[in-house]
Amino acid sequence: MQDCSISTTDLACRRGDSVLFRGVELELQSGDALQVTGTNGIGKTSLMRILAGLLRPFDGAVSAKGTLAMIDERPALDPQLPLQKALQFWGGLDGCNNVQQNCDVMGLGELLDVPFRYLSTGQRKRAAFVRMLNQGANIWLLDEPLNGLDGDGIAKVEALIALHCGGGGICVVASHQPIDLPDAKVLALRDYAA
Amino acid sequence: MIGRLLLRDLQMLLPGGKGSGARGGTMLPLLFFLAVAILYPFAVGPDAPLLARTGGGVIWIAALLAAILPLDRLIAPDLELGVFDQLALRGVSEEAVVAIRILAHWLSFAPLLLLATLPAAALLGLGSETVRLVMIGLLAGTPGLAAIGVMIAALTASLRGGAALSGLMLIPLAIPILIFGAGSLARGDMNGIAYAGAFSLLLVAIAPFAGGAAIRAAREG
Repeated sequence: MQDCSISTTDLACRRGDSVLFRGVELELQSGDALQVTGTNGIGKTSLMRILAGLLRPFDGAVSAKGTLAMIDERPALDPQLPLQKALQFWGGLDGCNNVQQNCDVMGLGELLDVPFRYLSTGQRKRAAFVRMLNQGANIWLLDEPLNGLDGDGIAKVEALIALHCGGGGICVVASHQPIDLPDAKVLALRDYAA
Repeated sequence: MIGRLLLRDLQMLLPGGKGSGARGGTMLPLLFFLAVAILYPFAVGPDAPLLARTGGGVIWIAALLAAILPLDRLIAPDLELGVFDQLALRGVSEEAVVAIRILAHWLSFAPLLLLATLPAAALLGLGSETVRLVMIGLLAGTPGLAAIGVMIAALTASLRGGAALSGLMLIPLAIPILIFGAGSLARGDMNGIAYAGAFSLLLVAIAPFAGGAAIRAAREG
């Protein structure tokens, strides 16, 4: 995997009338993992969306080198389509041919013909991971990736993150749940609350 | 990329399309269009000259309303699913997405509507010259109606009660097309249709930018 990096300078975020956090400085290189922690409403999701370039920061800047992928609470998979077809839409855009293989990795191999809307919360989250694996991006932004996953799913996600970072990728995880990320840096958003 | 997006949009919007199924692909706009043509003679009575004189205008109104029937399915579901966010992460601009969706929306209602104009014209007892003007006029005007539809859908996607607002927003945007398009029926020449076509193209040119900006603004909300 090519070299990638993501860094922020003096990042601040405002939602409505209140500033959620300010002065966030990040510096992540190939192979780094970062866990963003904090209570509900402190701005974890906003930070992830700013890193993804979907939300404009109130102040400061983000610079990223490498391709970005994001998982949040919305899977972006068509509810009426069979799982395989829904994933193939994104796979096609990303030029990926091993939808099947990545489904097997996430334990969805049996469900390829099931319409996405019939899947459970945890299965949807697994499907979102398949979508992201197909994308083959350098930088993973995972917003509450463990929501809805069972023990097996959590173990799989932890293994995938370790593999991704081991292969030179970057992973930023925002979660209030404990997640086992060896050698991960930790950013406690509370320290930056405005 | 464009091909894949268009294919998905068409599966979602075309009649009988399986794409995003329940939210998409029904014959409803077409049936609605024909229903207006069937009901209008009952409402004004069996006065053949009156029907022939006003029928063209009724077809225009029916086409306009049929074009905005699927408004709530055009943008809002994808916004909720996070499809636009994922596309943005892949470097696909909102403008391109909206432009493709306008094309898909037009393809999903306009060709069928033009075909349905023939039975509708027969129900209203329109003359062949009027039918010709209505069909050419609709051909010129429907791209604009499609652009208006997608633009309004994008602007109201993140609002509560967007549907009620859509109807209001439609009026000022659709009036020019209607004045020139349906107005050409009274004059009986093509000049008005040329203006309707020009305004239609203007809307097609503006809509991707307005719609794209609306989708980005919805993220900040």
